[in-house]
Amino acid sequence: MTMQQIYLAIPLLPLLAAIIIGLFGRQLPRAAAHIVTIAGVAASFTLSLYVLNHAMTNAPYNETVYSWLKSGNFSFEIGFLIDRLSAMMMVVVTFVSLMVHIYTIGYMAEDKGYARFFSYISLFTFSMLMLVMSNNFMQLFFGWEAVGLVSYLLIGFWYTRPTAIYANLKAFLVNRVGDFGFLLGIGLVLFHFGSLDYAAVFSVAPQMADTKINLIGNASWSLMTVTCILLFIGAMGKSAQVPLHVWLPDSMEGPTPISALIHAATMVTAGIFMVARMSPLFELSSTALSFVLIIGSITALFMGFLGIIQNDIKRVVAYSTLSQLGYMTVALGASAYSVAIFHLMTHAFFKALLFLGAGAVIMGMHHDQDIRNMGNLKKYMPVTWITSLIGSLALIGTPFLSGFYSKDSIIEAAKFSTITGSGFAYFAVLTGVFVTAFYSFRMYFLVFHGKEKWREVKHENSHHDDDHQEHHHGLSPTDDPHEPGWVVKLPLILLAIPSLAIGYIAIEPMLYGEFFKGVIFVDAGAHPAMHELTHHWHTVFHSATGMAIHGLMTLPFLLAASGVGLAWFFYMKRPDIPAAIQMRFAGINRILENKYGFDSFNDRVFAAGSRFIGNKLWLIGDVKIIDGTLVNGTAHLIGKLSGIVRKLQSGLIYHYAFAMIIGVFFMLSFYSLKF
Amino acid sequence: MVEYFTQHILSFSIWLPVLAGIVVLLTANDSKPNATRWLALAGSIVSFAVTIPLYTHFNFAEGGFQFQEGFRWILSFNINYHLGVDGIAVPLILLTSFTTVIVVISAWEVIEKRVAQYMASFLIMSGLMIGVFSALDAILYYVFWEAMLIPLFLVIGIWGGQNRVYATIKFFLYTLLGSLLMLVAFIYLYHQTGSFEIVDYYKFPMSLNVQILIFLAFFAAFAVKIPMWPVHTWLPDAHVEAPTGGSVVLAAIALKLGGYSFLRFAMPIAPDAAHYLSGFMITLSLIAIVYIALVALVQKDMKKLIAYSSISHMGFVTLGFFIFNHLGLEGAMVQMVSHGFISAAMFLCVGVLYDRVHSRQIEAYGGVANTMPVFAAFAVLFAMANSGLPGTSGFVGEFMVILGAIQVNFWYAFLASFTLIFGAAYTLWMVKRVFYGEIANQHVAALKDINKREFFILAILALLVLALGVYPQPLTDMTNATVTQLLSHLAQSKLGVVAPVDMGL
Repeated sequence: MTMQQIYLAIPLLPLLAAIIIGLFGRQLPRAAAHIVTIAGVAASFTLSLYVLNHAMTNAPYNETVYSWLKSGNFSFEIGFLIDRLSAMMMVVVTFVSLMVHIYTIGYMAEDKGYARFFSYISLFTFSMLMLVMSNNFMQLFFGWEAVGLVSYLLIGFWYTRPTAIYANLKAFLVNRVGDFGFLLGIGLVLFHFGSLDYAAVFSVAPQMADTKINLIGNASWSLMTVTCILLFIGAMGKSAQVPLHVWLPDSMEGPTPISALIHAATMVTAGIFMVARMSPLFELSSTALSFVLIIGSITALFMGFLGIIQNDIKRVVAYSTLSQLGYMTVALGASAYSVAIFHLMTHAFFKALLFLGAGAVIMGMHHDQDIRNMGNLKKYMPVTWITSLIGSLALIGTPFLSGFYSKDSIIEAAKFSTITGSGFAYFAVLTGVFVTAFYSFRMYFLVFHGKEKWREVKHENSHHDDDHQEHHHGLSPTDDPHEPGWVVKLPLILLAIPSLAIGYIAIEPMLYGEFFKGVIFVDAGAHPAMHELTHHWHTVFHSATGMAIHGLMTLPFLLAASGVGLAWFFYMKRPDIPAAIQMRFAGINRILENKYGFDSFNDRVFAAGSRFIGNKLWLIGDVKIIDGTLVNGTAHLIGKLSGIVRKLQSGLIYHYAFAMIIGVFFMLSFYSLKF
Repeated sequence: MVEYFTQHILSFSIWLPVLAGIVVLLTANDSKPNATRWLALAGSIVSFAVTIPLYTHFNFAEGGFQFQEGFRWILSFNINYHLGVDGIAVPLILLTSFTTVIVVISAWEVIEKRVAQYMASFLIMSGLMIGVFSALDAILYYVFWEAMLIPLFLVIGIWGGQNRVYATIKFFLYTLLGSLLMLVAFIYLYHQTGSFEIVDYYKFPMSLNVQILIFLAFFAAFAVKIPMWPVHTWLPDAHVEAPTGGSVVLAAIALKLGGYSFLRFAMPIAPDAAHYLSGFMITLSLIAIVYIALVALVQKDMKKLIAYSSISHMGFVTLGFFIFNHLGLEGAMVQMVSHGFISAAMFLCVGVLYDRVHSRQIEAYGGVANTMPVFAAFAVLFAMANSGLPGTSGFVGEFMVILGAIQVNFWYAFLASFTLIFGAAYTLWMVKRVFYGEIANQHVAALKDINKREFFILAILALLVLALGVYPQPLTDMTNATVTQLLSHLAQSKLGVVAPVDMGL
């Protein structure tokens, strides 16, 4: 096989599997659904590993596959850019996807949409691969929208549930708001650069750094700032940054495997990937980077707070995802693109692990998702317990674990950044460490330690997001939870390994080595954070071990440790204290429970507002003014006139039409006789 | 024989379906409706087949008219039977002959009364519409333009719904007023040039004031047909009352007659007026895109919703025309073809439900996906195409027009891009209410999934929607030379030109 054939095979194999199972899944035996799709994605994963290995020693591959459209001077192509960034993304996507495919065999075992589910997740894998492998903006947008489509289909997978079909419509529309900006950004790129090809655009970008455009009156705006902010609005939708984050918590209505794959590990990081890919453009606008930085900081901090008060196990993990996406965005804003991608990778592993662990817990609890009904599960589900502990420790940034390396680097980058908003960003990511540790271990302790609370009175106001229609909710007080079979445990174990080790292995090449050389561009003069970070590494840390040992003595570690300690004290020792705090600060609690009011604002202003305006335009504009006055007025007038010639009226409309044609000929004859 | 055919492909394309329609009418036997159906199907397929050489024998490098044929028809008025097509006509002709096959199949068991008349109406209408797309003589064009309305009125008037008389009269009034003004324009141009040849009009210089009057006369006819805001209100009513086949033809082809005619008449004949009035035209287009999308959002009747969606999508066509660049114009062409597939499919989907439940109201449904999973899959696909999802044809035209518009004015693109949000909102909200959720009532519970015939037509349309989305280049290859030539013609002012200049058209 040539490399080009390999590149083609990587996305097309999952697509082929998705088509086969999508079209014939109902006729084929049940097992065919997972055999075919797993074969497809496993082959993709293997080939992706080969490609990554190949990309380590070879120059980037950048070729057109076919010409999609030519119009005038513009041409749009489908093509691949395979460098280390895309190769790494391909490996991450196919690996997590493979784990999720295997896990699904267990998780969806009793669902009647079994084949449909496998078809969707394979289609997702194809779309995500097309997105990361693209060599141009248009195909990026293709993949971008295609993953959105699959996300829509999967959030609404259980389409009879009102909450699920509300959530998927909301997710799609909120993402469309982001895409609105994204498309305009792409439009400006095509207009001013004359191409949508990355290489062509990036090569002329530096000359365009000072270009100004007029948008409103004569006020001139920097082209790069406007373009980058518009592109970033797309990222805000896909990567759920405030205020376009509102769809992600609701997306938990989908089955847990896709929460892991799409809404934690891969799709939601597409925006991060995109900005890193566009680093040659974003580097030209400090204003845009400040915007990115501030949005990221707000997301990192304020979404973390919401994690504290959630009682649904999936929603805790979802808010933690939002917060972590904020961290990645902060890294982008600080021009530490490689750090953002590094955190994207470590997060993909440990967050997929946490979600799949949560799914295992949900299965063990017979589809009860309320953490207040759990406790002491370590006794019954040892593999889930250990792997979830690893995931949680990685998430809060425990030295030597993967999350430590990426998260500490982000905190350092925010500290070294000099652009507007970096002070707030540093504060936000630092505070976020404590908050993350607190809510993660609140969940961890409530689920795996303490009393077996399902044996007592249950909380009935909880969400039962992941139940299958025919299932009875929850575990009865006399039952013991059981750990699911090997198809669920194996992915947990395989994800736990990179969650432990990938940071230690990868930090030096990815952040301070040659890995992203020629892929990510940083203007070290204007944005020194990455330069300072590198300097720090070479003078203080020297190695991954050095960084971890050093990390034991720093503020982030103290904050994380105190977060864990406080969670233990509050929820294991003195559960009366958090209850009392909740009572004492009812106002703050209400703000958090309303999620800062974004949802009700959107519902009342945007959704209801659009319907209100639509109704007025229809009933007043169309029905009353245009039809009522103009059309029917004319008709009425004609009706009166026609009373005079009533005898000619047959009431059959085509007689009029015939008469009209005859009239035309008559008029013409008359006309020509005169001349 | 073969040679005779190749020299008269356009005449065959026009008259074969008309002839087939007449044969169907004459041989019809009410006791054997199946024979009539098969005959109509054979007629439509053969009629489609004869249009295929227009693609296979098309010279892609040539921007002017091809497959020309004709003879002198009415000597005393210098009216000629002159046919010819270019890169913007051929895709629409193929769309027409193809859609007729779909319509015939879609009506198979659904139409039980007056089968022959129904089938014949569509066959004849198909030929007449192809005539509109290929006439190069103004009067010939006008005859086809008016004549195709007769079968359409018949279809709505006979097989239509409760309120069909109101809808037909409204439709008739709108089109009548527009067409009369167009006729006045033709007579004026004949008076000035002594010719009904469209190409002669292209070369004929006129002052700006005259051009504006000519343009507005054409505008009255074409804006109604497309339709543009604010002369659009006939369309939702006509769609609601029309039988499924009528809606399919109305949306897929009849609206394109208006779009095509802007490119064939209004713009090249009065290029300076087109430029002069472009701000006005763009404003109307943007109103259509945003205003109509909001109106679509609150519709309770599925057909009305899709009708409003059509108007909003046609806003992209006129926007693409009047930004005067290649991306915009070609994008508008792609949008017209794509809308032909998607709107046809959407109306067929409503037809599938209507045939079973006899309601078009959104609230009469809910949870259809439970009882009709295969149908729901198609419906979601077409809904996504209607929302402009990349990978479907619905994306291509909108994408091109938005990218073209941003080169003229950022805010045009900004407003047009609202379709991304509103288009998805009204389409997917309908999908949610009709297809998702628990089974709403016993009608939905009793639904049977689509049969093989319905599956077949939806599958063909689905394949076309995807094919054009994944690989639109064959279509733009066809329009490219003509669009280039048209743009260079539009860029040349007719003001101050004394002697007629050969535009090479």
